[in-house]
Amino acid sequence: MKILVADRQLVRPGDCLAILEGDEIPPGPGLKHFPDKHIYVLGEKVYSDVLGVVSIEDGKSISVIPLESVYIPRKDDVVIGIVVDIGLTVWLVDIKAPYKAILPAGDVIEGFNPAVHNLRSYLDVGDFVVAKVAAFDRLRDPLLTVKGKGLGKVTEGFVIDIKPSKVARVVGKKGSMYNVLVSYTKCEVLVGSNGYILAKCPSEQALKALIKAIKLIEAKAHLRGLTEEVKTLLELELGVKA
Amino acid sequence: MSSKPVLIRDDGTRLDGRKPDEMRPVKITIGVLKNANGSALVEYGGTKVLAAVYGPREVLPRHLALPDRAILRVRYHMAPFSTEERKSPAPTRREIELSKVIREALEAVVFTNMFPRAGIDVFIEVLQADGGTRTAGLTAASIALADAGIPMRDLVIGVAVGKVNGVLVLDVNELEDQYGEADMPVGVLPNLNEVVLLQLNGVLTREEFNKALDMAFKAAEHIYKLAKEAFYVKYTKVVEEVK
Repeated sequence: MKILVADRQLVRPGDCLAILEGDEIPPGPGLKHFPDKHIYVLGEKVYSDVLGVVSIEDGKSISVIPLESVYIPRKDDVVIGIVVDIGLTVWLVDIKAPYKAILPAGDVIEGFNPAVHNLRSYLDVGDFVVAKVAAFDRLRDPLLTVKGKGLGKVTEGFVIDIKPSKVARVVGKKGSMYNVLVSYTKCEVLVGSNGYILAKCPSEQALKALIKAIKLIEAKAHLRGLTEEVKTLLELELGVKA
Repeated sequence: MSSKPVLIRDDGTRLDGRKPDEMRPVKITIGVLKNANGSALVEYGGTKVLAAVYGPREVLPRHLALPDRAILRVRYHMAPFSTEERKSPAPTRREIELSKVIREALEAVVFTNMFPRAGIDVFIEVLQADGGTRTAGLTAASIALADAGIPMRDLVIGVAVGKVNGVLVLDVNELEDQYGEADMPVGVLPNLNEVVLLQLNGVLTREEFNKALDMAFKAAEHIYKLAKEAFYVKYTKVVEEVK
């Protein structure tokens, strides 16, 4: 494979990224799409399908990290959602995806009986809820569950809204950025895969610093040397070293 | 009705001083609307078109959603103040047709199968009309789609070729469109060398048609370069704002 672009270069949909050689060329005519990598192969050429930055691994595997994207639910993702509607036996939860998520009442209330229990007294419209995606197959709406440690209604803290495409950067490689945020601000931070971040902070100053840092990460997610910059910002805001 | 203006001067230049194969100045700005997922403002000379993309999101009413792919909804609309005489804001026959052809051009590039049961809404608003609004609108819509992070095969660049006084001219403006003999808007995929929109109003010979298509492809390359630059500008501006 002959790669035509540099690592972390900005590419647009339709930009040619590489030319395949020999056996790498897929047989048969037509277009082969790799949605996870955001590339597609047509003939011997590899193209980007989205606006993003190139990521080359070991000089072999090429993919594009999109700058903008919507959240598509995946099984076992921990998400933070807002209750938007209440049905007879379910809550409908907005998780910033193109699909409304379903949280069954039996999941929250032990021995649920629609005649006895009033759903509104457990979770009302507008409440934030931390949940896990129990199932999603694109044919039906995502199913949520709150069974598990740390899941359930949000009773305290602040929710910070960022673009879903920037979540990976807030967490960082093996949680590096997340560790920086937590160790400096001493906040309890939960990053939902859908772009909502729940923060419980010891002081207002720490919360403000955390929000500033997260907004900085969101704005500069496509640039290098971000961890250092976030450290400097937090040191400046909090006046301390971790 | 006033008499026909001189569309091609004796020295071969056009009404506005351009050469036959010269574009009007093109300006592309990306990310002009905060509420939209993606947006673009495209100017071809006096033609100014704003495009906004929302989605992929839930489709309402629900019954419009498709089980295997996202639906694309495109609204091409001319603002009442976009023309010299006030245009009624109600969608006309022409606007409904243009919405359809632009939608079909975009459907050819967007990977709609990635978002089943969802919908992508594209709004194209003509702010100022001076000929070539559908081509500028198509360019703006495709750039806004890319800005929204929607997976697609390529950008679509719209450009029109016309014939006035027997001469093939690039990027016709209002007067040339009104008094010319032919107008051919083309939607081009600059990387894949495909045509996704082709309309022809008037008469061209086969030779003229081929030459017109060549001119369109060449011009599309030029506009595509500007679009590429506009994407760079958007993401370097982010850096400056943060600093």
